[in-house]
Amino acid sequence: MQDRGNDALLLETRGLTKVFGELKACNEVDLKIAPGEIHALLGENGAGKSTLVKMLFGVLDPTEGGIYWKGEPVRIGSPGEARRHGIGMVFQHFSLFEALTASENIALVFDEKTPISQIAERARAVSVEYGLPLDPHAMVGDLSVGERQRIEIIRCLLQKPDLIILDEPTSVLTPQEANRMFDTLERLKAEGTSILYISHRLDEVKRLCDTATVLRHGKVVAHCDPRQETATTLANLMVGSDVEAVKRQASAATPGPPLIEISNLERPPATPFSIPLRGIDLTVRGGELLGIAGVAGNGQGEFFEAVSGEWRQERADTIRLNGRNCGHKNISDRRMVGAAFVPEERLGHGAAPALPLSDNLLLSRHTTDRRAMVGPLGFVRMGAVKEATQRIIREMDVRKSGEDPEAAALSGGNLQKFLIGRELDREPMVLVVDQPTWGVDAGAAARIRKALIDLARAGSAVLVISQDLDELFEISDAIAVMHDGRLSSPLPIAEASFEKIGLLMGGAEPGHQAHAHAEAHANTEGSHEPGAPI
Amino acid sequence: MDVNMLQNILLTIATASTPLLLAAIGELVVERSGVLNLGVEGMMVIGAVCGFAGAFITGSPWIGALAGILAGVLLSLLFGFLALSLATNQVATGLSLTLLGIGLSGMIGEDFVGRAGIRLPRLDLPVLSDLPLVGKLLFGQDPLFYVSIALTAAVMWFLFKTRTGLTLRSIGDNHKSAHALGINVLLYRYLAVMFGGACAGLAGAHLSLVYTPQWVENMTAGRGWIALALVVFASWRPWRVIGGAYLFGAVTIGQIHAQALGIPIPSQLMSALPYLATIVVLVLISRDRRLTVINTPASLAQPFVPDR
Repeated sequence: MQDRGNDALLLETRGLTKVFGELKACNEVDLKIAPGEIHALLGENGAGKSTLVKMLFGVLDPTEGGIYWKGEPVRIGSPGEARRHGIGMVFQHFSLFEALTASENIALVFDEKTPISQIAERARAVSVEYGLPLDPHAMVGDLSVGERQRIEIIRCLLQKPDLIILDEPTSVLTPQEANRMFDTLERLKAEGTSILYISHRLDEVKRLCDTATVLRHGKVVAHCDPRQETATTLANLMVGSDVEAVKRQASAATPGPPLIEISNLERPPATPFSIPLRGIDLTVRGGELLGIAGVAGNGQGEFFEAVSGEWRQERADTIRLNGRNCGHKNISDRRMVGAAFVPEERLGHGAAPALPLSDNLLLSRHTTDRRAMVGPLGFVRMGAVKEATQRIIREMDVRKSGEDPEAAALSGGNLQKFLIGRELDREPMVLVVDQPTWGVDAGAAARIRKALIDLARAGSAVLVISQDLDELFEISDAIAVMHDGRLSSPLPIAEASFEKIGLLMGGAEPGHQAHAHAEAHANTEGSHEPGAPI
Repeated sequence: MDVNMLQNILLTIATASTPLLLAAIGELVVERSGVLNLGVEGMMVIGAVCGFAGAFITGSPWIGALAGILAGVLLSLLFGFLALSLATNQVATGLSLTLLGIGLSGMIGEDFVGRAGIRLPRLDLPVLSDLPLVGKLLFGQDPLFYVSIALTAAVMWFLFKTRTGLTLRSIGDNHKSAHALGINVLLYRYLAVMFGGACAGLAGAHLSLVYTPQWVENMTAGRGWIALALVVFASWRPWRVIGGAYLFGAVTIGQIHAQALGIPIPSQLMSALPYLATIVVLVLISRDRRLTVINTPASLAQPFVPDR
């Protein structure tokens, strides 16, 4: 098929297919990007978006199908070739080097002839021109995720590409930082650059993009104009069925006793690139669901480790769970007082990938449910464990292949349902969850959120750490914000707005470092209506 | 102690340190690219026997040195094929390479045991080499001494002043990101591993052509391991490798002199000193974790398999 593509298009793909083993990650994808447009690529996790753009950027070879660049059929064999054609990419998981400086990171994509000092100069010029502040000599490992993304974008802009591929760029930004990035993108579009914008945040897509291609299970299910669609119609296209919104009932009039009490939690940084915790105070009562918002990498992971007992405190009363001093206790002992924890990383942290679900259940429950699961002489009662496994699978509607599959064989959403179900099955008085629906499809996410709310309404204290603001507004009774290792006081949901939370996420609270908030504030157009579920 | 004796001691220290420096600077480049080749000892001992054999057969110590380099490169290519192309466990592969090198060298060297070797001639410049105290130190050493110093300076310049060196360091920091940028990770690593092999082979040849011009089975006597320890000791910085190599060389020579003078220090304790020193340095540099993380190649010893 060496025919010509459409000359009016910048990039076109015809029947682009990528097969991994049995799985067709991309199935005959047709994509058309015109010069000077912002084109959205929509789809759930696992719909094939990343696979598609990796083929466009030369990281993966297509199994079948053709790519046409400015009407010419091309074979993009490597990212270097993609760059020579004029395609730039900003990765979702950054392709940066922590031990190198910003300008060294940028220099890596240029030829040998340009000296690094000159590249640093040009980077500084571009950063000023597009309003992306950057210190070229800073070590990347010391920078925040937002700053790292700026390096990626500047590296991309310096190559003067005709097409920029952005893979979920706002997932690590505060609303204000995202607004600033949208301004940059609008400006690039005005200069004639095309942008392929990958996101599952529909309000952004509606606001920014001219056209959209929707993928589902590797296939194109629609080409549309996102401005003519509503968030609901777009979501239905992505998911393929109607998505039910979780309804949050009002919390009980009289809150229960305090079940999570944290006072003056301090933690020195564990690695050079991690965040110290600074004087965190927090109380969550029975019947209450408290959300912790924050841009990734502001200490949420460190905080979770401290609460779960992966990192123990010096003073026993720093953390009290279910009325008991727990600061000195390890994870199992904290579980014994009625607490349960679900970490962010499902495979390797929440579950052992190569073990079947029943073994994963036993691993986390053999101390708390010793009587039920372990018999005389320490032999495991496999019958009881298997029965509990099946109960959780039924209860949480975990879809799987086989009776008792390995954890790694489940999709992200189904494994997450199982891991949450594993803790809920114990009817814990305290539940702490980090990123409960990260990378989980909409159906499973709705099921998980409902389960969390139900647990809180039953009288337990639930603490949810999430970067998904929509989610927090949907399920929380109050939201606190983590920034630079500090935790703001919780805002009751009635008083919270996207704008207020966004400012807190950027660090705007007395005692927090301020970074040009006035400007960010001015850029925020009105306050978003919270809680619009997708 | 007169001036001449001091000069002689310093000369022997330089001779003892040069093979350590050569092997360590090669391994440093390998590790900077994110590969851990524990086969240094094996490549060194093969370099030693082939260096001796090359010189013995042709009569030219220079051809001997080249043969040592070639042998080191060949053995490193075997490591590269296994650990890079087939993505085997680097630690296990490197250890087997050492065992293979020791066995193979014994076999090759069978006929050379007890034969008189040929020494690489020392530099001898008129007037300059005869200057008091510094003459022999600066202008009268074996050629590989100058090579080792020049090589260290070249590696420093290469790693921190050239784009190719930056690319090599970036691969050692994060090979996935490097691949995503379109850098040929395996090619760079192959070249780095071959450079390491060449350096180890030359270091081995130094032992059988300069240090003690003869072939004795197992004549590297653990110097490959010291070189590996040196790279960590130097926290992957070339100029610190010079300091470390000369410190360890001085300890080795000091041990001989201490014995000759009848100082009652057990020789085993002295032999253990380099390793003790490495442990002490590891503890010291681990106190500043930021520096350790920035200097340590983060993808060290992780196999890389590109997905396409």
